[in-house]
Amino acid sequence: MNEFVERTIRLTWREPKPSYDVVIIGGGGHGLSIAYHLAKRHGITDVAVLERGYIGSGNTGRNTTVIRANYGIPESIRFYQRSLELYQQLEEETGRWMMHSEKGLIWMVHSEAGVRGEKRRALLNTAAGAETVFLTPEEIAELVPQIDLTGGGNGYPVMGASYHPRAATARHDRVVWALAEGAMEAGVSVHQRTTVTGLVMEGDRVAGVETDRGRFSAGVVVSAVGGFASTIAAMAGLRLPIVTHPLQAYVTNHYEQSFPYILGSVEIPFYLSQTARGEMLIGAEYERAPGYSWDTSFDLLASCSAKAVAYLPFLANLRILRQWAGVCDISPDASPIMGFTPVENFLITTGWGTWGFKAIPAGGEQMAELIATWRTPELIAPFSLDRFEKDRIMADAGSAGTH
Amino acid sequence: MALFVPCENCGSRPVEEFVYGEIPQVPEQITDPDSRDLDRVYMRTNPTGPAAEAWFHAFGCRRWTYLVRDRTTYEWL
Repeated sequence: MNEFVERTIRLTWREPKPSYDVVIIGGGGHGLSIAYHLAKRHGITDVAVLERGYIGSGNTGRNTTVIRANYGIPESIRFYQRSLELYQQLEEETGRWMMHSEKGLIWMVHSEAGVRGEKRRALLNTAAGAETVFLTPEEIAELVPQIDLTGGGNGYPVMGASYHPRAATARHDRVVWALAEGAMEAGVSVHQRTTVTGLVMEGDRVAGVETDRGRFSAGVVVSAVGGFASTIAAMAGLRLPIVTHPLQAYVTNHYEQSFPYILGSVEIPFYLSQTARGEMLIGAEYERAPGYSWDTSFDLLASCSAKAVAYLPFLANLRILRQWAGVCDISPDASPIMGFTPVENFLITTGWGTWGFKAIPAGGEQMAELIATWRTPELIAPFSLDRFEKDRIMADAGSAGTH
Repeated sequence: MALFVPCENCGSRPVEEFVYGEIPQVPEQITDPDSRDLDRVYMRTNPTGPAAEAWFHAFGCRRWTYLVRDRTTYEWL
């Protein structure tokens, strides 16, 4: 419930200055979270956040807001668990209600191999600090009475699931607004409708950005863009291990019962949760063909609904209201890339694929610490760009395919 | 995005019948062999405009078609 007294969001807009200590490209969750933590934790407020559209208009406003930490390798589990815990206290910290709602995530499997995989996931997550248990089909049916454990006879019955009780969802706009409000109150400048057209290079180092509203010189430039990370990096002469793929999701009209869990399948990629309006929010895998298209398609509705209806027959009686798409920056190992680059004073936080929203608090906190101390914090050290060169791959595609 | 791939044998067919094939392009400026290997394996141009692609018609003629597609508008060029 809303235990905070709601007041109008106070966003303090400032006129652009020619020079900043830190310029952050991208006014989405990650960009604003870096600015917020720089200002609140480290007292660095000579910061500008440049946003092409309006804050949160990119992929931060296009995801399905699942917050979870049940990943497949200890480095990822620790990082996302940190983020999950920060989300739990972010409402209190910012004084803003974000509709953070702990739901619990049920990840079904339909094969012997899948059962082994999720039992392993439960053990590994418990060991690394993220609460996860394995459920038998009977236990799943107790939690979700609507479920058809036979999968409507599709040949892939539910054979078990991993259950991650601390998984949650939050309202993405409210997360963006709360972080922007906190950062801007502390003195950070946010410039909307400002498109970065180039980077100012002084030899091998970045010294500022060129935008359609003029040049800003900067001590540090951070690329926190979703979707156009490769384009920004190319301005600094860098090539990134990123390929961008579209991802679609959709919501139905409201389901008159409460559906308190996030339910998904590891092996038949789909997942769903219920929004605060009662709509069933359904998503699937990112599209195989790379691209930057925000167009939606009927194919996705048809294939994804067929998968979901097999396990939750009540969905067949609902109608689809809205469908949208965003773009995902996918790295080769399906883990994010954060930190220093070969170009001096140019930092990146990218590769957020389908797992960016849940990482907003920890990603921002850790990148802010990196900028303030100029040393890579231990928690994100495994996710540096040079891991590919060093052959330290953080392969975790099995935990990150859909949401 | 609904995409139809113009297969040279079968005509325009839905993307679900195809397997996407990447054509890696290592820039000529990278000359050191180790750097070229690293770039060949991991780094991608990831353009927002036209890109050369290979498409394998897995559920069709089982032949490769080489095409250029605009990655934003999805037009075949």
